[in-house]
Amino acid sequence: MTYSVRSATVRFGSAMALDDVTVEVPAGSVVAVVGGDGAGKSTLLRTLAGEVSPDHGTVQAPPRQRLGYLPASAGSWAALTVTQNIDFVAGIYGLAGDELAARRAELLDRAGLTSAAGRLAAQLSGGMRRKLGFIMAIAHRPDLLILDEPSTGVDPVSRIDLWRLASEAAASGAAVLMSTTYLDEAERAAHLVVLDRGRVLVQGSYDQVRAGFAGALTQADQPVRAEWCWRRGRVLHEYWPLGDPSAGTTIAPDLEDIVIALSLARRNAVPS
Amino acid sequence: MIVKEFRELVRDRRTLGMLIVLPLLLLVIFGYAANFYVSSLKTAVVGPQAAQTARMLPSFFDVTVTEPADTQADAETLLRDNKVDVAFVTGQTPVLALVDGSNLFAAQSAVAALNKVGDQVKTQVLYNPGLKTSWVMVPAIIGLILTFIGTIVTSIGMVREREAGTLEQLAVMPIRPSRVILGKIAPYFLVAAVDMIIVTVLGILLFSVPFNGDVFAFALGAAIFLFVVLGLGVFISTISQTAGQAIQTAFFFLLPQILLSGMIFPLDAMAAGVRWIGYLLPLTYFTMISQGIMLRGAPIASLWLPFVVLTVMAVVVFTGATLRFRRDLAPGRPASPAGEEPAETETVGTA
Repeated sequence: MTYSVRSATVRFGSAMALDDVTVEVPAGSVVAVVGGDGAGKSTLLRTLAGEVSPDHGTVQAPPRQRLGYLPASAGSWAALTVTQNIDFVAGIYGLAGDELAARRAELLDRAGLTSAAGRLAAQLSGGMRRKLGFIMAIAHRPDLLILDEPSTGVDPVSRIDLWRLASEAAASGAAVLMSTTYLDEAERAAHLVVLDRGRVLVQGSYDQVRAGFAGALTQADQPVRAEWCWRRGRVLHEYWPLGDPSAGTTIAPDLEDIVIALSLARRNAVPS
Repeated sequence: MIVKEFRELVRDRRTLGMLIVLPLLLLVIFGYAANFYVSSLKTAVVGPQAAQTARMLPSFFDVTVTEPADTQADAETLLRDNKVDVAFVTGQTPVLALVDGSNLFAAQSAVAALNKVGDQVKTQVLYNPGLKTSWVMVPAIIGLILTFIGTIVTSIGMVREREAGTLEQLAVMPIRPSRVILGKIAPYFLVAAVDMIIVTVLGILLFSVPFNGDVFAFALGAAIFLFVVLGLGVFISTISQTAGQAIQTAFFFLLPQILLSGMIFPLDAMAAGVRWIGYLLPLTYFTMISQGIMLRGAPIASLWLPFVVLTVMAVVVFTGATLRFRRDLAPGRPASPAGEEPAETETVGTA
């Protein structure tokens, strides 16, 4: 089963949030959406979740009973305990009695939250609260799991936990669509979608994205053309869309370089 | 810093509106509505010399009913049903003047005017013989408390869901918007109902306020009124993004209810220019019901007008507000109950 958003256009007033975007999310795989602030990541996820209606295009999604969604906000009710949060959401999806108790115990264990089961969500750390939101989203074993920046603001150890949980959900057959600002995370996804100002810059597997990268990337201490440069650590990287570097050492781009280079190409109006 | 503050203020339309509108509102209200002096009283004259007595009364007594065939019991019914403020019963010496004490300021004016007449008239104040302010305030305060819970507390509770971002979670869950709204409102309805019972019982125990009417009719009126104010609370939540905004907006709804519903200043004494605002406020009609039932023992039939008006308000406000709230909850896909959705949904943009 593959869920999708096809040729979707979403406008908020005069602002174009999505412009002719097509993304497919096959069952059993993780699709990562990356892009800068205002790229349209959340809008894409909310469109597939059915929270936003596209002005144009089609959305193929499971019924709401089979959908799991973690919004960019906390994703849990602050004045409820961890257990009460899980029970409330699971109850809406029809889980009850022994089935609910067993599922709750399993999820708490997998998320490392068993000892926090009686604590209020408001008393949890940022990472624990995201994990709580995550297990609330997967409590009913959804066919499509949509995660809006699940790891933003979360410590590195919790990020690993969250990624493991997302991978496990995919391994058990769910189609997982997640947005992230961490490109190292995105590299692990089966499929990448790079968004910039509402449009898809590039998509495919990490290897496909790298293979399809046109132009050249150099590393130097001084920029030749400031509008094509960005800092990576102590050095500058510079993108040459036509593959004709006049200075610097040519290097192989990683995903962060590719995303920045393609964004610059679009902003500087050069066909990528 | 000053420029920055002005820029922020100009963009905060609600606060700006409050700063400009509130002083004007207070000026108009206190200028035109803050008046305890009642200039005329609706008056009935009954008994054999009704016509003759009616002609002799000063213009302060606005005679609207003259019934020579009616008795003291008929006069009391007119007072109980709030048809008149004062009723003169002729055919006895001295003439009996019955005054409706539940309309406090009108009653005080009537008693003052009747005292000037001397021994020719015997004055009897019904429903609030001691003309106690607490007796008329407690039934109105019950309405005010319901208004407070219904508008401010409910709107904050609803907006909190939006602020926390959990509203969008609910929006994509297989739960009908109507169930979300019901689930959000029911606790406030119950809390308000318990509060109402506590305040009513305490009012009776502490201030000896009588409860002369039908408890069922009172509960019915309170329930209808609660739907109106809960609807206002839901409406406020749909036009507010934060709890602060909700409180600000609720204040706009609450202030006129306190000042123009007849709770403090008698509606009859207000200038016509502001009195009509009072007749648009739900608390005005709940106060008519609560005072009528508690103090005068008025039956539901004689209170049909405030009941009908409140019912219409409840239907309009509650329906409108929940539809607005539902719009916030309505996802891109059509709402359908759990178990009735197709195995897969396809949404097609049509704009």
